[in-house]
Amino acid sequence: MLLKPKNMKTTSTLMALALAGMLYACGDSGSTSGSTETNGAAAPEKTEEQKAEHDNKGIGSITSVTLNNPLDEGMVKAGKDIYDLKCSSCHKLDGTRVVGPGWEGVTSRRKPEWIMNFITNVDEMLNKDAEAMAMLEECLVRMPNQNLTEKDARDVLEFMYKNDIKK
Amino acid sequence: MKNNTLKIWIGIILTGTLAGFLSFAGCKGKPQSAGTDADAASKVYVSPGKHDEFYNIVSGGFSGQMTVYGIPSGRLFRIIPVFSVDPTSGYGYSEETKPMLNTSHGFVPWDDLHHPALSLTNGEHDGRWAFGNANNTPRIGRIDMKTFRTVDIIEIPNSSGNHSSPFITENSEYVVAGTRFSYPMDDAESNPDVSIKTYKQNFKGTVSFVKVDPQSGNMSLGFQLLLPGFNFDLARAGKKGSHDWVFFSCYNSEQANTLLEVNASQKDKDFIMAVNWKKCEELVAAGKAMKKKVKYAHNTYDEITHTAKSEMLTEVNVLDPKQFEGLVYFMPCPKSPHGCDVDPTGKFIIGSGKLAAIIPVFSFDKIQKAIAEKTYEGTFEGIPVLKYDAVLHGEVKKPGLGPLHTEFDGKGFAYTSFFVSSEIVKWNIEKLEVVDRVPTYYSIGHLCVPGGPTTKPHGKYVIAYNKITKDRYLPTGPELTQSAQLYSIEGDKMKLLLDFPTTGEPHYAEAIPASLIAPKSTKIFKLEENKHPYVTMGEGKAKVERKGNEVHVYMTSIRSHFTPDNIEGVKMGDVVYFHVTNLEQDWDVPHGFAIKGAANAELLIMPGETQTLKWVPDRVGVHPMYCTDFCSALHQEMQGYVRVSPANSNVPLSFSTGGSNQPEVKQ
Repeated sequence: MLLKPKNMKTTSTLMALALAGMLYACGDSGSTSGSTETNGAAAPEKTEEQKAEHDNKGIGSITSVTLNNPLDEGMVKAGKDIYDLKCSSCHKLDGTRVVGPGWEGVTSRRKPEWIMNFITNVDEMLNKDAEAMAMLEECLVRMPNQNLTEKDARDVLEFMYKNDIKK
Repeated sequence: MKNNTLKIWIGIILTGTLAGFLSFAGCKGKPQSAGTDADAASKVYVSPGKHDEFYNIVSGGFSGQMTVYGIPSGRLFRIIPVFSVDPTSGYGYSEETKPMLNTSHGFVPWDDLHHPALSLTNGEHDGRWAFGNANNTPRIGRIDMKTFRTVDIIEIPNSSGNHSSPFITENSEYVVAGTRFSYPMDDAESNPDVSIKTYKQNFKGTVSFVKVDPQSGNMSLGFQLLLPGFNFDLARAGKKGSHDWVFFSCYNSEQANTLLEVNASQKDKDFIMAVNWKKCEELVAAGKAMKKKVKYAHNTYDEITHTAKSEMLTEVNVLDPKQFEGLVYFMPCPKSPHGCDVDPTGKFIIGSGKLAAIIPVFSFDKIQKAIAEKTYEGTFEGIPVLKYDAVLHGEVKKPGLGPLHTEFDGKGFAYTSFFVSSEIVKWNIEKLEVVDRVPTYYSIGHLCVPGGPTTKPHGKYVIAYNKITKDRYLPTGPELTQSAQLYSIEGDKMKLLLDFPTTGEPHYAEAIPASLIAPKSTKIFKLEENKHPYVTMGEGKAKVERKGNEVHVYMTSIRSHFTPDNIEGVKMGDVVYFHVTNLEQDWDVPHGFAIKGAANAELLIMPGETQTLKWVPDRVGVHPMYCTDFCSALHQEMQGYVRVSPANSNVPLSFSTGGSNQPEVKQ
């Protein structure tokens, strides 16, 4: 029924990717809309390799995300405020793992839909999504549902892109 | 009688230890030590993971708390701290909740809660609030049924022993508070230092009407009525046609001040008192009330600041019914009436004389007629006494012994509890005929039909709250569990389905359909709305501050660490306040907080909430602290240390989590 996660411990690269995907996320599982912002152009191009390995959009109400280019600074600010309040206890902005993995590079390792689904639908993701389940096996603390709305999650995503551009 | 007694004694032998002091005279049922048949089991079985149909909101008696059970399963869900401290949740121990137990006597950590009253709209349950009375230091508490927490407590001045309380009017306009003990009033104009032997001259009774704000539920003292020195016992508000009235039972019309057991049982009849609260309200609004100087506390808890405040109030409106016609009437009622219950139509008032061999049923229409025609048999201290025969609908003859309380099923039947004969008796209100009776084990006090006191009873069950448990459960030494029993009233015959244990002594209880409460239940407190003065809005804002000898720790908790978790620089003589904010936003993820040697209790902090534990270190050393509520696989790692140094030490104040001196957030 469930996919067995591939062995993430075989190489240090995969290990890092796995941890990076372990987001600090939150859920508003009641929301139903399928996509969010539609203004602006696409996000920075990814390499073929990244696309191939990480095309998983996760499980939840988010089926597509239109990214902003340039980033919406208002959303970045809103996302950072949410991060400070609800996420920073467990996720640092560099690559350091605390309880969960650091956020550095997360936007190039995960589809934006996967990130938002994890944030807004954390329990189902941890129970059914193979990659989320693999993260739980690593960290052993279930990511809390921090009751973020879809809009909150989209703001946090914008802040993640901002964080990655700075690096 | 002889045959019955014989049967009972056989029952006593069968059940072993049942004490002979229980008088079962009049009990027509056969004692059932084994309980009931297999069919009953299926009626109370709620499969694992399934929910009960009703919430049963039960008084916790001398525990001072209110308890919540599921019906029909009898499973205990929650003990809501109201008038007594609760070290489990920190209620009464945390800095935020201490003001809830403030009174004109100072901090009072215990009371005796006898009666819940659920809020009503148009006489029906609306699922918003539950009220409860404090019997010892007179108060009324209000519980918000969204959070199942006590949010409002008001003290009642000029009152002692708040027993006939907090019975509620049809649209929750008022909850009432009648003084059980009459005594010399404590307002500034009265002289409280009098001989007890001057009872008849100097002792007074009051009933108070506490106003309930229709939107917020906030309580305020509307007015009091100054009354003869009786013992006011129980009360019920009118319904529909009798909406404007509240009826109070009272005993000790003999006005005895000693050996009441004998001296207050002399007269054939005491009184049920009818109060027209609408007229009182109009007089108060017109400025006709006396303003008396008193002192009473009003305590409120704010779910946004997560903090209670207590204010001391100093004035009350008092009406003397001798001075105004049409406010108060006495109706003679046989033999020390206890229960005083109004049927769902509002047409009948049932008095239950504890020592009476009949149940009198009064007619509201006849009361109105007697008032209009002044059919009085006299006056008592200036208050008209209506003629018994003129207001009586009729008497239920030989119903049992020791009638106490009556509930209703909305189908024209009343269910009365009988303490002495230990049974529930079902009777037809209109015809005054007994139609069924069933024994209780043992010595029932109050009883509850879901929605029984409302205009629209939900029926289905009657629940007995018993005074004696004896052999019904495994023995636990001299002190036994308290107990309740669930009976089906769906058929013509009442049928025992279940025994279930209760905590504290259960007095009155109400039951309400789960559908009126469960969907509105609060799951978390939103962090964004947290306006606690010491909130830590995110781990990056955690800190420790010194203000003189006070040390304030702004602490966060999340699965599974505290920030900060290492604190140094606290000195002997300091008073440390841990302000712990639970950063979780998921349902059912509280964190606890405890520190070695704390002289109060733990904190149990709900998601999004901030609570404060005061700690006065009593020795130099490193003191561990930890999370008390298992929160994750790494719960056992959720711990930290506070170093306490001598008063003259120069260890600087510092704090950290995870190595760096402050939580690191790189941009």
